[in-house]
Amino acid sequence: MRSPSRWVALALGASTLASLALFGVYLGGGDPQAEGVLLFVALGGVGAALMIWARFLMPEVRDRTQPRHHGPEPAQELEGAAETVTRGVEEMRRRRFLFRLLLGAAAALGVAAIFPIRSLGRAPGSSLFHTHWRAGDRLVDEEGAPITRDTLEVDSFTTVFPEHSPGSADSQAVLIRVQPGTLRLPPDRAAGAPDGYVVYSKICTHAGCALGLYLAAVQQLRCPCHQSTFDVLDGARPVYGPAPRPLPQLPISIEGDGTIRATGDFPEPVGPSFWDLST
Amino acid sequence: MIVKRFVEGMDDRLEGTSFIQRNLKKVFPDHWSYMLGEIALYSFVLLVLTGTFLSFFYIASPALVTYDGPYAPLHGQTVSAAYDSVMRISFEVQAGLVMRQIHHWAALLFMSAIGFHLLRVFFTGAFRRPREVSWVIGVGLLLTGIAAGFSGYSLPDDSLSGAGLRIAYSVILSIPFVGTWIAYLFFGGEFPGPEILNRLLILHVFIVPLLLIAQLGAHLGVVWHQTHTQFRAPGRTEDTVYGTPVWPKFAMKAVGLAFVTFAVLALLGGLFQINPVWLNGPFVPYTTASPSQPDVYVGWLEGLLRLWPNWEFEVFGHTIGELFLPGVVVPGVLFTALAAWPFIEARVGGDHEWHNFSQRPREAPVRAGIGAAAIALFTVLVLAGGNDVVAKYLNVEVDHLNVILRWLLLIAPVVAGGLTWWICRDLDKTDDHPIAVPARVRFRRNVVGGFDRESDEPPSAGIEKAPES
Repeated sequence: MRSPSRWVALALGASTLASLALFGVYLGGGDPQAEGVLLFVALGGVGAALMIWARFLMPEVRDRTQPRHHGPEPAQELEGAAETVTRGVEEMRRRRFLFRLLLGAAAALGVAAIFPIRSLGRAPGSSLFHTHWRAGDRLVDEEGAPITRDTLEVDSFTTVFPEHSPGSADSQAVLIRVQPGTLRLPPDRAAGAPDGYVVYSKICTHAGCALGLYLAAVQQLRCPCHQSTFDVLDGARPVYGPAPRPLPQLPISIEGDGTIRATGDFPEPVGPSFWDLST
Repeated sequence: MIVKRFVEGMDDRLEGTSFIQRNLKKVFPDHWSYMLGEIALYSFVLLVLTGTFLSFFYIASPALVTYDGPYAPLHGQTVSAAYDSVMRISFEVQAGLVMRQIHHWAALLFMSAIGFHLLRVFFTGAFRRPREVSWVIGVGLLLTGIAAGFSGYSLPDDSLSGAGLRIAYSVILSIPFVGTWIAYLFFGGEFPGPEILNRLLILHVFIVPLLLIAQLGAHLGVVWHQTHTQFRAPGRTEDTVYGTPVWPKFAMKAVGLAFVTFAVLALLGGLFQINPVWLNGPFVPYTTASPSQPDVYVGWLEGLLRLWPNWEFEVFGHTIGELFLPGVVVPGVLFTALAAWPFIEARVGGDHEWHNFSQRPREAPVRAGIGAAAIALFTVLVLAGGNDVVAKYLNVEVDHLNVILRWLLLIAPVVAGGLTWWICRDLDKTDDHPIAVPARVRFRRNVVGGFDRESDEPPSAGIEKAPES
């Protein structure tokens, strides 16, 4: 019995020393590694001491068997309890009119209590159907610097915003430059992508992550979150992964001096699907 | 002397001494697997302590500020006040980083311990009547724990927080009828939402902990009242419990375990970097960190999103978004089945008896098989939740890996479940120990829960000595 008590003493001693050392570390400006190790010793010392103590130094406290309650209460007790409850309800129900009024008042109060929830946020309205893009908006980068015809090499891409809202979350879009003539867009959308410049929403139609990866070799945009992949040449049609819809295309025009402008908003909602999407 | 006067004084006013007496003498059965729930409890205690410290420094504001702290690579960058405050905790507040890292590790241990605790209870049938209440509350704790974790790692407003919130917002958006309204009310408007950090903070430090504490109290209260199940052994019956008295031995062991849990978490928090927000960078809505993975308790849900096919439905001119099935319906079904399991098993098996003995997994081969299938499913989904990282380690294309994972998702549970069922059935028949030499003396359980000796060999080898009552 001597040796367990020696271990307990050792553990408690080490714990005390570590706690004192923590003072020193803290006063000395702190250090996460040292703090972690010293806390480990300080806390673990106490823990180990208590466990050894309980395990080896308490021979008088023996494990033993105790009865435990088993099975339901006697039937009459149960009936008694059930009866007390029903009798209470019956007692209230005797005043039938008042009882109904009480239920009505409670229901009305419940509804009234729900209303403040409406204050938590604005109504969705039509906000999911449009972004900040307006016809005539110049394309700028996240700092607000204009993007022109010469900003991009062929087979490269950049993130663009409308000139009045750089950094806007729902208006983020990617401008991609591909070889002229390689785009296979529907006829009504081809005019919005002149000279191999095409702009798509940057918000994945799956779960809304920003499409961060452009695989130039195969002209695909890929989402780093769930690997949805869109074919840039084919109208950003989803070709792989869980995204169900193409990325909406932002129609643009390029002026003589190289300025790129939007000619309207995205024709359909950007980002992930929702109940009213197709209405 | 003081104790005596205190007890007398209390009894004089509250008449509670017999209660104290009874509960201090109460015995708790001893088995290593009962510590799992305790570890979850102690992790929670440490979460509250470290979290309180962190809450003194955290600022839940999306307002933009210029970072000018000691971490040079981010110097001059525009970040949110929330991110800035977490950077301050990590680099300027003394002991802040170690507290933050302990907090995160404790959250992981909390959820892992709950998971393993759940498995123990499941495989040993400890959820059976009369303990269904504990089980249902336990599932509630698991769900609330996920909410606690998610709301917590969304607070730093780093790129990982943002990606997680973005996905959560999109999942909410996909709910039929009310999705857009719920999303707008919760986020205060369209993503990223002006109010979300503040809402998450109140959730994380007030509402969710309150729910956790309420459920923990109920869970522990019911366990205390009903006492643990225990494994069969000679001399034990359904009507008795054999174990260590609460005072002082069990209490001392328990407090010791609490301190050891704290110690291990302190070591992890001090030496092992976790969620380095300075490397993740601040959240910017038009960039996504790659790769980005959630913590493991959310990882399986993320895996579900990654493997699910791009099915989208039109119903009466409305859209049921792709995310609705894998993000809402499937988890909802899984959690409902989990919570209802004790009732399902009782109904299917026709067993409505009280059980105070735990079973060995082999005694219920079908249940063990279903449990193993669930573990396999979870494992594949967690791997899928980090498929880009796994693909990088295995040096394969993510697309190829996904094909493999999809097949695994269908096959692995069937194989794991079938194999487990088969092994358990065989073990139950022969009653062999899977690893050790077979016991010489066998007991057969009789109707009343006691034991009859089955073989004629002398009762010397392999029997635990019957405890004195």
